[in-house]
Amino acid sequence: MMRDPKLYEFWPYVDRPKITWPNGARIAFWVAPNIEYYELDPPSNPQRTPWARPNPDVLHYAQRDYGNRVGHWRMMEAMDKYGVRGSISLSVALCQHHPEIIAACVERDWEFFSHGIYNTRYCYGMDEAQERAIIEDSINTVKVATGQRIHGWLAPALTHTERTFDLLAEYGFKYTCDLFQDDQPQPIHVKQGRLISMPYSLEVNDVIAYNSYLMSPRRYGDVLKMQFDQLYEEGAESGTVMCIPLHAYLVGHPHRVGPFADALKYITSHEDVWVTTAREIADYYYANFYAGICKQLGMTPGEARA
Amino acid sequence: MSLPADYLKYPWRRHGMDHDRYAFSNLFERPPVAWPNGAKVALWVVPALEFFPLNPAGKPFKAPGSMATPYPDFRHYTTRDYGNRVGIYRIFRVLDELKIPASVAINSAVAERYPALLQEVTRRDWEVIAHGVDMDVLHYGGLAEAEETRQVAVAVEALRKASGQPVTGWLSPAKCQSFATPDLLAAQGIEYVCDWVNDDMPYAMSTARGTLHSMPHSTELSDRQILIDYHFSEDEYVEQVCDAFDCLYAEAGDYGGRVLSLPVIPYITGLPYRIRAFRRAVEYVLGHEGVWAAKGSDILAAWKKAQA
Repeated sequence: MMRDPKLYEFWPYVDRPKITWPNGARIAFWVAPNIEYYELDPPSNPQRTPWARPNPDVLHYAQRDYGNRVGHWRMMEAMDKYGVRGSISLSVALCQHHPEIIAACVERDWEFFSHGIYNTRYCYGMDEAQERAIIEDSINTVKVATGQRIHGWLAPALTHTERTFDLLAEYGFKYTCDLFQDDQPQPIHVKQGRLISMPYSLEVNDVIAYNSYLMSPRRYGDVLKMQFDQLYEEGAESGTVMCIPLHAYLVGHPHRVGPFADALKYITSHEDVWVTTAREIADYYYANFYAGICKQLGMTPGEARA
Repeated sequence: MSLPADYLKYPWRRHGMDHDRYAFSNLFERPPVAWPNGAKVALWVVPALEFFPLNPAGKPFKAPGSMATPYPDFRHYTTRDYGNRVGIYRIFRVLDELKIPASVAINSAVAERYPALLQEVTRRDWEVIAHGVDMDVLHYGGLAEAEETRQVAVAVEALRKASGQPVTGWLSPAKCQSFATPDLLAAQGIEYVCDWVNDDMPYAMSTARGTLHSMPHSTELSDRQILIDYHFSEDEYVEQVCDAFDCLYAEAGDYGGRVLSLPVIPYITGLPYRIRAFRRAVEYVLGHEGVWAAKGSDILAAWKKAQA
């Protein structure tokens, strides 16, 4: 095990090169619904048992399933209302289980990236061939279901190996959402190719907000506005990224969706906000800032891979 | 060390669910349900009367509310009993004054220990929901099927005998089930189960013994989750229930009738400083046109009628 993974260079949040987003926007705003499938009777991983109770943990299974039957559609309606496209963190087996949800997202030109096969299958303990298998499965499954080549990754249930980022770069992924060290994209050290970290704002993830920080639905709406206000102000110096990572099984409940929709209304009512997707942010960053920032950080820019 | 090859095999990766209990269904694409008298929202109040033994076995875990300190934990034993002696009477009074019925989930052990309490439910013609034997008799994966069959029978038969009601609803202690639970419940004549919190409306489930229905008994809006697990104040409880109601009420205009369930635990909601918050929340809901306060069995019957 490593004491320091050397994922990236230290990059103080002062005197950074100025990032300006398209049309002079100072903040790139994206919403990341996690559309997940949890299995009723999953196998155990040696390092993590999927459910707190013996299988079938019907209470917690059903809590998750609520997102696909009910919550997703409420969350999507709120996003439609304010013109926000989702960048979906997808349990790719959902392409098989619920193509109805996939079709609704394709119809809206939402982006897909991989969140593993199921959110009850973890990467802990995978050998390289196994980790390659789930990456290739993800690419192929989403390609067949949607026509999209995925370019982003958020490890299933945030379970990683030491080689995850090298493999992502090798397979031509553009960004990872797994690293939370910054509010701007940043080049990641990989053995070949190139990869950037995409700010995913885990601290305002609805799971963390509701279940770890015990925020009420209305307070969560207020927190999203406060998060935005600060990043919007700082974005005048150098463009920032704000993400709202969501789970329809939480935010899609009738007492929660209103304050979330209200926060979207607030954010999208500002000038100089680029309402976009993670892939569009990554592409714009690579085209305009990546090489210069690598140079400033003393890194050799990586070549794009197919 | 790598994981076994089976870890990357997905035998249930297919269209629909990864089991055969129920079909996938988007709530917003179902035919609208009409409640009696054109009501928009059915209000379903579900108090629970529970017995927590002083010496729990805790298999496979201790249900929320169980004894917590070393034996003899009189502190939690009597705190829970407070609900059945005092707190529930405060809840009864609120419901009486607001003239609305309830479906009361009862451990069969409570019916046997406190027959007077069961009579408070039956004399009002409220519904008895079977809530297992007691809070230490759980249904779970790994429990022998013969033993679980016996547990279901003991609870259902005792409650039917004591209440004189058909008793067609079931709430598992701690909402915990085995793979066989729905089959065993259907075999006992149970028509609906409250454990699957994946919907805002009733839906049909398949069992080896015919159709069972899932009823939307909310965990997210339960007093335990909001007040105990999330540590919110009584005012926030009211705010969240009212916000949920507003959302469902508005949706009902576009998508048909909705259900707002309010599960309440007498040792939580029945405390002196909390009971008025419960009243305020229910009063807010009842202050709207088109609210139908109903028992679970009546809500399910109306839902079934709307499917025909």
